[in-house]
Amino acid sequence: MSATFTGGRLRWGILLAVTAVVLAAAGIYAVGAYQRFEESRTAAPSVGVTAGQPLPDVPFVLFRNTAGGQGYGNAATVPLSAPGGTRAVSEQPCDRVYGTGSTVICLKTNRGLVTAFEAAVLNRDWQQQRAWPVPGIPSRTRISADGSMIATTVFVTGHSYATAGFSTATEINFTAAGSEGSGNLEDFALIINGERLQATDRNIWGVTFAPGQSDVFYATAASAGRIWLVRGSLSAKTLTAVHDNVECPSISPDGTRIAYKKNDAGPLTAHWKVALLDLATGQETVLAEKRSVDDQIEWLDNQNVLYGLADQNVPGDSNIWKLATDPASQPSLFIPHAWSPSVVRE
Amino acid sequence: MYISLSDRSGGKGEKPRGATTALSSEVPFRLSPVILWLGLVSMVTDVSSESVTAILPLYVTGFLGLSTIAFGFIDGINQGASAIVRIAAGWAADRSGHPKRIALAGYGLSMLARIGFLFAGGFWAVAAIVTGDRIGKGIRTAPRDALITVSAQPEHLARSFGVHRMLDNIGAAAGPMIAFLVLLMIPNGFSTVFVVSLAFAVIGVAVLGLVVPDMRADGLRGIEANSGAGQTAGSPKQRRRLFAFSWSHLREPGLGKLLISAGLLGLLTIGDGFIYLVLQDRDSFAVQWFPLLFVGTNIVFLAFAIPLGRLADRVGRVPVFVGGHIALLACYFLAAAPFGGLWSTVGCLILLGGFYAATDGVLAALASQLTPQGKLATGIASAQTVVALSRMTASAGFGVLWYAVGAPTAMVAAGALLACAVVAVVFILPGARPKLANE
Repeated sequence: MSATFTGGRLRWGILLAVTAVVLAAAGIYAVGAYQRFEESRTAAPSVGVTAGQPLPDVPFVLFRNTAGGQGYGNAATVPLSAPGGTRAVSEQPCDRVYGTGSTVICLKTNRGLVTAFEAAVLNRDWQQQRAWPVPGIPSRTRISADGSMIATTVFVTGHSYATAGFSTATEINFTAAGSEGSGNLEDFALIINGERLQATDRNIWGVTFAPGQSDVFYATAASAGRIWLVRGSLSAKTLTAVHDNVECPSISPDGTRIAYKKNDAGPLTAHWKVALLDLATGQETVLAEKRSVDDQIEWLDNQNVLYGLADQNVPGDSNIWKLATDPASQPSLFIPHAWSPSVVRE
Repeated sequence: MYISLSDRSGGKGEKPRGATTALSSEVPFRLSPVILWLGLVSMVTDVSSESVTAILPLYVTGFLGLSTIAFGFIDGINQGASAIVRIAAGWAADRSGHPKRIALAGYGLSMLARIGFLFAGGFWAVAAIVTGDRIGKGIRTAPRDALITVSAQPEHLARSFGVHRMLDNIGAAAGPMIAFLVLLMIPNGFSTVFVVSLAFAVIGVAVLGLVVPDMRADGLRGIEANSGAGQTAGSPKQRRRLFAFSWSHLREPGLGKLLISAGLLGLLTIGDGFIYLVLQDRDSFAVQWFPLLFVGTNIVFLAFAIPLGRLADRVGRVPVFVGGHIALLACYFLAAAPFGGLWSTVGCLILLGGFYAATDGVLAALASQLTPQGKLATGIASAQTVVALSRMTASAGFGVLWYAVGAPTAMVAAGALLACAVVAVVFILPGARPKLANE
């Protein structure tokens, strides 16, 4: 039968050998990776930690612990007075966290054959109070200062069949169970220069709640390659553009300034600078951080900001950096092996 | 031990493909081992690509800490590039007379891209790798479908494509499951997924390179297997003169009409993502089950690929192709209906999966039966490119309509236009009415 195919037997042999070799190699690699994961999961943490603590007294910093070993990926806290010191690591794995003195919002990935994503509200003992599914990979989250409202932004991901590509979904929900949330903010009326924008390719992300105002928030809106800072009203269901090229706004504790990431390169080669916008004067200040910051900036106090930067050398690890609002200031390491900072003052 | 090629009737070279196709019932179906092997190549390659596709967003955002927004742009560019490369690859396959070599180049490029994942760090590395993979996919599709065509019995062409598409979709369904299983065991085990993906890609290339014979697209047997070859239609000299831009195919009456019809229908084929969004919106079922909608459609597709291919061979490929669009039409109306519930959602997924099963492989079969000798891969590539580009346009256009008039109204409007297009296509395409026992 193989007469028509010179060397047929040889080819079959090669095919069998190739198949066996690559499957064996992949299997050995997988087993090795699993063993490395098991070792790191049970290894002693690489930083000083205490476990099983409730939320500490204010002020403190809540963040995602990315130090290798036990407690990797879990929500953790350090007192504001000693950010580099021993951290209290919870049992709650979170991709993004944010909190008040008594409430924590935790966006997480539930791995499985159908990988799902969830927003969970935790109390100060890390007990889950409420949870709801979110339609994609966690990106940003915020709680209003009084703890009543929760904003979440996730990446809704494409699929080989779905040609819609990547987009974001941003919602505002109320912490109290049973109250109806905002739904996707994409459905709010988007008003640019006094006119309602009709385009459909809009994305909204990165909500920040204005301190002391229950109806007002700021966020980023994008459509057709343009990006705006928008002021949102929950009751009127509107988003009104107030400035150009502001991404992931974060309002200062005194409510006068917005810290954000400003792209000074093209849409594909994004390089985000840390910038400040004075809401009263509209004046922009670009800070000295040279690395590209892809995070929603957090205010340490009215003079300093915090943000996470992925560690280029260790995949899956990141550090939280501190930068003063003075343009001459240089960044300094604030909390190593940490991500998603949330400064809880009251 | 090696595959037998005796199941291909020698008469095929003497008459234009499909013009006087016998009824499928007259010739017993024998699956060519080449098609089985090509199906296996597609299956392992789909395991390879879909496993990475499924976890790529998690990897980029959750692990590398990058934004995915820019991937939207990249994806759009890639789809356009892939469509253009497809025609060039089809032409090259016809010009060289060795579709296997072109297909191998495409599968090989995708495999090389997978190696890149083992070393990828930043956004640009990932974007370049994804682009390489996409272009590889664009290169391989048409030459591979040309190989299926020359390996199949003409009377059972659609059924043969159905076998291939079923295997292909098994891989597409298994890939994400394998990837998520790895991540379930090893939460940050992205590199393991990439290694497993590479292993499947290597197997795919090895099977194609070592087992699939180097057959001529115009019906010439491969050099290794030419002992049983019958009379051939075109001498190499003739074949060389037959290369041409794909646009010249518009002058081929049959293929031109098919391209126009497929383009018209494609312009009214809105992305699946929109249908899923409507279903989710109406039934407000938990968003965590969203991925199951993709899986459900995929399973229906693979289940119906062979039965609908058989039907196409029996009653005609055009009626089944048009019928698939009627299923899509029904899916639009069912999704837009004010009543919801589990059965309505399941019904939509069955209709949508049925649409793919009735159109994807059948389109390739139609294109090859209407393409003149020596232009096979170019003809298939042209039809697939027309469909891909028109569907991209449809998604963009439907997005505007969606926002302007709301989801259900937009759905009904798209359905109504699709109904008109179906009626138009029945008049454009010859043979739209089902064949009865005697032609």
